Formats: sequence, C-alpha cells, structure tokens
Amino acid sequence: MKKIDARGLSCPEPVILTRNALASGDSSYEIIVDNNASKENVTRFAEHQGYKVQIAEENGEFTLSLQK
Amino acid sequence: METQVRLTKLAKCAGCGAKVGAGTLVHLLDGFKTHKDPNLIVGYDRSDDASVYVLDEERALVQTTDFFPPIVDDPYLYGQIAAANALSDVYAMGGTPKLALNLLCIPESMDRETVTEILRGGYDKVYEAGAIISGGHTVHGAEPLYGLAVSGFVHPQKVRTNSGARPGDVLLLTKPLGVGVLTTAAKAEMVETEVMQRIYRQMATLNRRAAEIMQNFDVHSCTDVTGFALLGHSYEMAQGSGCTLHINVGSVPYHKEAYALAEMGLIPAGAYRNREYAEAGVSVVNKSITRATQDLLYDPQTSGGLLIAVNGRDAGGLLRALRDEIPAASEIGYVTEQTDASVMLE
Repeated sequence: MKKIDARGLSCPEPVILTRNALASGDSSYEIIVDNNASKENVTRFAEHQGYKVQIAEENGEFTLSLQK
Repeated sequence: METQVRLTKLAKCAGCGAKVGAGTLVHLLDGFKTHKDPNLIVGYDRSDDASVYVLDEERALVQTTDFFPPIVDDPYLYGQIAAANALSDVYAMGGTPKLALNLLCIPESMDRETVTEILRGGYDKVYEAGAIISGGHTVHGAEPLYGLAVSGFVHPQKVRTNSGARPGDVLLLTKPLGVGVLTTAAKAEMVETEVMQRIYRQMATLNRRAAEIMQNFDVHSCTDVTGFALLGHSYEMAQGSGCTLHINVGSVPYHKEAYALAEMGLIPAGAYRNREYAEAGVSVVNKSITRATQDLLYDPQTSGGLLIAVNGRDAGGLLRALRDEIPAASEIGYVTEQTDASVMLE
C-alpha cells in the first residue's frame, strides 16, 4: 500500500499530492493529514476518483484509507 | 506577465481565504473593554465593514483596513486586487473613498521591481476610485502582505450598515461567487489561464459603480461579500437586522468552472471555517441543494460583490440600473421577519 504524508501542508497541497499518487493506479493508498480542511478535501477528491475512504483520527491527525 | 518569483508560492493562504474566521474573531473581542463616543455611530460593537464617525450634519468619516497575502503571481494585479478589496468596505457603507495608506510586508529577498509593481497596482486602483494614496508603512516578514487603510466620507443619513435589512426587502448580489475555489485550484494548476484572467479582472473591479447606483434607490442595508463568504455575511446581516434572509440558491450567480472543482475537493480552508461559523444559523430548506453548491456559498471571496437589501418596491429598478453596467448583478432572495433560522437556503 502506498503511503502519503501530507502533514504540515495546507490546501490545495494535500489534494495535489493525492492526485499525483493516484496516477499510479493502485487499488489502495494511505494518506495522513493534520487538519480538517485537508481531511475533507482529500476525502472528496478520492471519492470523486471512485475510491472508498475510511478515516481514523488520532491526536488531531487523520489517516485516510483509500480502497478501490 | 511573467515574474521571477511566483508570488502565490510565498503564501500559505490566498487572498481573503487567509482571514481569521468570524467565530474566532468574536471570541478574540470577548470581554474587550470599549469606550463610547456619541459620534462613533458604527464601531467595535458591530460586525460591520467599516467604522463611521460623524463630523457634522453633512459628513461622517468612514475608516477601514484590509490586507492579505498574494492571490495572483502578477505583482501589479495583486496590488490592484488588494486595493479594490480594501476600498470596497467604504463602498459597502455607502461612502466615497478619499485617502488611503499602504500597508506592506515583504520578505527581504523580494526584488525591488516586484515591490514597486505591487505599490503601483495599488496606487493606480486607488486613483481610479477617485482617491489618493498619501503614504504608508512597510516592514519585512516571511510572507508578503499588502493592503490599505482607507478613509472616506459618507452623509450621516446615508450610511448603509449591514444591520438595516427589513422584512419585504429584496436581496441583490453584484459579483458571481467561486473566487476562493478557483484561486485554490489555480495553485494546483487545475484552471485554464483564460478562466483565471476573468477571475482576476473581476477581483480588480471596484464596487464603485454598484455603490453609486444604489444611492438612487431605497437601500436599507449593504455589505461586501468577502472572506466570510455569501453565507457568513448573510448570517451577519440577518443577525444584525433581526430578520431572516431567504436565499433562492438557484439564482445565485457563480462561475461554472468552480462547481466541478468544489466537487473534487479544491476548497479553501476558509470555506470550512465559514461553514463552522454560520452553519448553526443556516437552514437548508431545499434538500436538492448539493454539497458542492453549499461549498460555493461558504467560499471566501476576495474583493467580492455587494450584497444589497433594497426596499421591495425599488428592487426591479435597482436591478435594471445595475445590470446596465454590471451584467452579473442578480436578485438572489428576500427578507422576512425572523424565523427559526437566520438564513434559509431555498
């Protein structure tokens, strides 16, 4: 599974990183973000690309698991 | 115009998207001891666009300030947009700007030509508004910031606050929404250049004519739609006026390109802050309003248009007069007595 660390970045950078990573066409990815806007935006981008997204929160960080 | 530095790369947030949330601001001012002056008719105690101080029976002083990080790479355009945005608060009060002061923060590494172009953009836009920049203050800092402190005049009886809307008023909006989403997407290089040129032109356009035209009609309330988005500013108008604003969402003008980008998650963080601030007062009556449409209603606008509450009898006349010069001007809703929500999306 490909992992993307987008902590410390503000929009639209986490979405850009996600878009670039998704270009490899894998079926699952894990993306870590540390703010609400990035969590929402990356989730929407991934769902728009046909992935199911599961979100786990720990200490203000969100791990987004993308599955196709 | 190509520049050596990409100005927007120097800033974390774009334009009014950098604005501190309205909810946060209210708490910052909590318990603040303020002083009264009978001539200060719009001040700290009101969430309005500018302060207003009565000088005599004919004149009141309008003062406001606004600055933000680069929203565009072209420094001349950045200066123009920042100035148009700062001047807009005077127009939103029904006033005429007269004097302005530059507020500038630049990284030490920024080349002289870029700084000069930012200031020239501001100077030219202020002059176009019929006002003059008479000085300013510049400091060094990590991220560039530019804006103005603006002074203007208004007749004390013609002040248009954001708290004067009355039942029976009709709501008009003079610029399309979507600027925050589009500038965010432009940072991701996901918007065509010609679309962004249109957006930059819109942001650099003064609200001057809209403000002048509304002088001839029975306008009860006005505010400019900027960082707090259409819904944040509508919420403030509703709260301040003790009324409910009904927005006919289908007639709200927005840039079509912004919709698909909002669906894809190219939404500025400010839009989420605006939603947090206003959501409790907003009721989505029409359930077919999509999430992406709501995002555009919460999207922070830089140098956005005027939101005008006009006496229903004058609405048709004002809209026609506006449209002669501002084709995007639209009727977007109406005002009633207060109901259980401050803003209703219909």
